[in-house]
Amino acid sequence: MKQVPDTATLIRLQPGAKQIETQGIKWVINPYDEFALEEGLRLKERWGGEVVLVALGPARVEEAIRQGLAMGADRAVHVLTNDAVELDVWLVAQALARVCREEGYDLILTGKQAVDDDQAQVGPLVAVALGLPQVTVVVQLAIDAESRRLRAERELEGAIEVVEAPLPAVVTAQRGLNEPRYPTLPNIMKAKRKEVRTVAWESLGLEAAPLVRIESLSLPPARPAAKILTGDPEEAARELARLLREEAHVI
Amino acid sequence: MIAITQFIDIDPRCIVGEKDGDMMDFTLSPEILQMKEAVRDFIAREVEPYAQQIEEEDQVPASILDASKALGLFGLSIPEAYGGLGLSMVDKCAIFEELGKTINGYTTILGAHNGIGSVGIVAFGTDAQKAYYLPKMATGEWIGAFALTEPEAGSNAAAIRTTAVRRGRRYILNGQKIYITNAPEAHVFTVMAVTDPSRGAKGITSFIVERDFPGFRVGKVEKKMGLHGSHSAQIFFENLEVPEENVLGKEGEGYVNALKILANGRAGLAARSLGSCEYLLDRSLQYARERHQFGKPIFEQQIIQHYLAEMATDIETLRWMMYRVAWLVDQGANVVKEAAMLKLYGSEVYQRVADKAVQIHGGLGYISDYPIERFYRDARITRIYEGTSEIQKNIIAAALNKTKN
Repeated sequence: MKQVPDTATLIRLQPGAKQIETQGIKWVINPYDEFALEEGLRLKERWGGEVVLVALGPARVEEAIRQGLAMGADRAVHVLTNDAVELDVWLVAQALARVCREEGYDLILTGKQAVDDDQAQVGPLVAVALGLPQVTVVVQLAIDAESRRLRAERELEGAIEVVEAPLPAVVTAQRGLNEPRYPTLPNIMKAKRKEVRTVAWESLGLEAAPLVRIESLSLPPARPAAKILTGDPEEAARELARLLREEAHVI
Repeated sequence: MIAITQFIDIDPRCIVGEKDGDMMDFTLSPEILQMKEAVRDFIAREVEPYAQQIEEEDQVPASILDASKALGLFGLSIPEAYGGLGLSMVDKCAIFEELGKTINGYTTILGAHNGIGSVGIVAFGTDAQKAYYLPKMATGEWIGAFALTEPEAGSNAAAIRTTAVRRGRRYILNGQKIYITNAPEAHVFTVMAVTDPSRGAKGITSFIVERDFPGFRVGKVEKKMGLHGSHSAQIFFENLEVPEENVLGKEGEGYVNALKILANGRAGLAARSLGSCEYLLDRSLQYARERHQFGKPIFEQQIIQHYLAEMATDIETLRWMMYRVAWLVDQGANVVKEAAMLKLYGSEVYQRVADKAVQIHGGLGYISDYPIERFYRDARITRIYEGTSEIQKNIIAAALNKTKN
């Protein structure tokens, strides 16, 4: 599970333009990860077992973890990073894979992508790191615990693909998989007492340098201010037609 | 945690308690902040879209109440051991403050249940009473109400005429209560009745009465100026039989208990008023920036700025006063005087803020399709219910008069 800026947040860049300004941002759980967590909770309610939440990031991520625990995850592992560590998707996937290996798993669920950097690589790379089959962009998931197989529907452009795979596997969630539950007040209270195991990034011994580095970040060009025509409706309409033809070149 | 049974000796003039570490500190825990956000989201998603319907039909849809129960909004005062949240008064008021920002009628159902409707059982109930009533009240399956006011007794609570006569292992209650909030919905009533007419206020006893006890009847539901969706009704006791194990607290202590329950409820009530005021300031500020007259936003008019500044200052004062009284309650302090001041001040502030909000909104503030006039009508009751402003002043003056010359 990843903590990302709320999509309604106004994004500003840090000086040097390699990172966004994180001060004053409202952070939320990546929405696709909420679908993944909800699916995990439903599978647990159906089959039993345990839902362990794994998140990576700085101390602020604790808030998203508590939110996930309040939704119903049993406990959590927080891979705690600091600003000095330069990360890319491959390093993140390796770290998460290591935690998964320590914890054990029947199924690894995650969002199809994070809504901040839109890379859509962490889920697949965790599968690669663990040597597991992966099914991405899933909109429906059925597990057969006896045969230990999953059957998933994947959303493609204009088509639905149905696939089967053996467990364990990595599944990435697409919107439509389910409707995530909201935490209730008693569950928020109970989440306070659930275990969050903190794993320092340094203790993982991932020395490798990132394969991909951010060279620069820039904001999209500001949209020119809208022009509002006032006055006599007939004149305004004539002026509008002129502007559409002469300035916007659309008629 | 409800700390109204035992008062410890803290001078409310202090901001520091007796014990180490009892510094007054209103920093809300991450869980409470998370709860506030959950409540805020819930209101926006599940409650606000029905505002107009609730107002016109004077009825909160059952689906909203069910969703509120599922969220846990009926267990704020009830200890975790009985399935509730067991919030401290400060924490409970933080949730009430959030709830105050939405439809007052809806939040009055919650306020009456979590406040005067359940705190008596939490504070004075026996283990058996708590084990029997609180779990179902925490889930909202059983809604709570508090029945004190009568046709001839409201502000003068000691003048109640409902009688309770012991007969073997039961009490037989006869009488009438009026303006009982939640009466049509509630299952569990904390009822005040006279067990010994010769002893005045000391002859009053509190009882836990269930709606399906034989002899219990709910009368007319009143039509009100505001608080639509919350219902107040008459209730009648006609040879109502109450088993002796349903005496709440000790016989003869009903009046004192009632005062403590009401004092406890006052902080929550002020917290809801505070939330409503914050909502009104927010809307007024937004409107003042958007509404143009004379070629500029009306915010540019100094009189509008002053209105907003006065509203904000009133609100800030109320916020500190409310959290301080809540904190004193959590310390186990006797807050009868401070709670009365808070109830008085919170109601007056709500009235003033609502009035200015209407004025800033102009014609729009008078239109029923827009929420401002609803808050204006809802504000009016706060100077009356759970002890009028005048009675609060009496309580404050009586407390002042107890101090030595």
